[in-house]
Amino acid sequence: MKDFDFSVIWASLPFVWEGLKFSVMLTVIAMVGGIAIGTVLALMRLSSIKPLRIFATIYVDGLRSIPLVMVILWFFLIIPLVIGKAIGAELSAIITFTLFEAAYFSEIVRAGIQSVPKGQVYAGNALGMSYSQSMKLVVLPQAFRNMMPVFLTQTIILFQDTSLVYAIGAKDLFKATDITGKNYGRPVEMYIFAAVIYFVICFSLSYAAKQLQKKIAIIR
Amino acid sequence: MNYNWNWGIFLEKIKGGDETYAQWLITGLGWTLAVAIAAWIIAFIIGSVMGTFRTAPNKWLNLIGTCWVELFRNIPILVQLFIWFFVVPELLPKSWGLWVKQDMPAKEFITAAVGLGLFTSARIAEQVRAGIESLSRGQRFAGYAIGLTTTQTYRYVLLPMAFRIILPPLTSEFMNVFKNSSVAFAIGVLELTFQARQMQEDSEQGIETYIAVTVLYFLCAFIANRGMKFIENRTRVPGLIAQGAGGH
Repeated sequence: MKDFDFSVIWASLPFVWEGLKFSVMLTVIAMVGGIAIGTVLALMRLSSIKPLRIFATIYVDGLRSIPLVMVILWFFLIIPLVIGKAIGAELSAIITFTLFEAAYFSEIVRAGIQSVPKGQVYAGNALGMSYSQSMKLVVLPQAFRNMMPVFLTQTIILFQDTSLVYAIGAKDLFKATDITGKNYGRPVEMYIFAAVIYFVICFSLSYAAKQLQKKIAIIR
Repeated sequence: MNYNWNWGIFLEKIKGGDETYAQWLITGLGWTLAVAIAAWIIAFIIGSVMGTFRTAPNKWLNLIGTCWVELFRNIPILVQLFIWFFVVPELLPKSWGLWVKQDMPAKEFITAAVGLGLFTSARIAEQVRAGIESLSRGQRFAGYAIGLTTTQTYRYVLLPMAFRIILPPLTSEFMNVFKNSSVAFAIGVLELTFQARQMQEDSEQGIETYIAVTVLYFLCAFIANRGMKFIENRTRVPGLIAQGAGGH
């Protein structure tokens, strides 16, 4: 322990801050995009139109059964082939995470929609609402409310998973500590620092998720 | 999309070597299975103990369980592996650290199995706790009433029920271990993802490589799922339906 030199942390701060900003941006974009696309997928999966249902099922179950690292590698390989030019690791990561998280969020949304009692849909129908109206005005608002704590929990997992962009070399929080650790010849201190940052952020968020859970549970 | 398909690539020899690419992938599959199963055994044992601690009628045990779960749950698996691989040997007494760094056999494999095992143990602990808490309090009291000690109550009354209830979420956790074992590439375990990256660079037939590896992962997930479903069916508590959980 006495050989450690934590002064490297000060020197590395600007670089690590840039990495943290990218990790947070990636998390937020993937969360918002993932929830949006995930909601559409969930509605498709619950729809009565068979092709939509099959597409959504294959998309969601397919992505959920392969490792995220493989998905990251897949997109990094396939996007340049499809659009004909190279895109950076960062942009590739953003696209990958949005589409990948959509699969996970869609399962949460589906569970949320199914947690709303059927009577609510019938009530909507009885008032003369169409399918989309009763979804938009009756079912989804209640479903999303129930889902808030789970969204937050999934976002914590998502934030941790952004470290996996290591596989394609995108400069996120972990990669930034990795690079500075190697540059200053102090990898041990920097890995500890990375672990502390992730822990503090994730622990606070999971505490917030618990509070949110309590608040919602009481009102319901 | 311009791409030269070459499905024969798997039977070709690697550049400057005697092995075929197919052999690389089979080696990879072997390491993936080894890491995942070793990690699962570690995770199951420690997770069960920690989950039990969190529900035990003793605040010190509760505290140990809570700290364990929060610590291993709130740091990404990739970072945890780097900590075990690069940091922990430095914290050990000098001669041990040196041995770990230089002489420990299968260093990457052991690190990955332990790291992934402890990471997963936190998730299993949470499920064991949820399982025990889902039982009615009367079960515990019944145990005490017939004169069992706390340990006996857990051993003969609470845990046998709890484990049967949490089998479905344990199934998804078991599948997660296979997926999460892919992270071990980062510390140099020659598992599937490592081999996929290596083969992609070496052969320049990325799509065929990734398709093959993806299929192998599918196969792992499928077999893991069937295996656990078999156990689930054999041990199901009549009249109870439990729900699966999310996560990665």
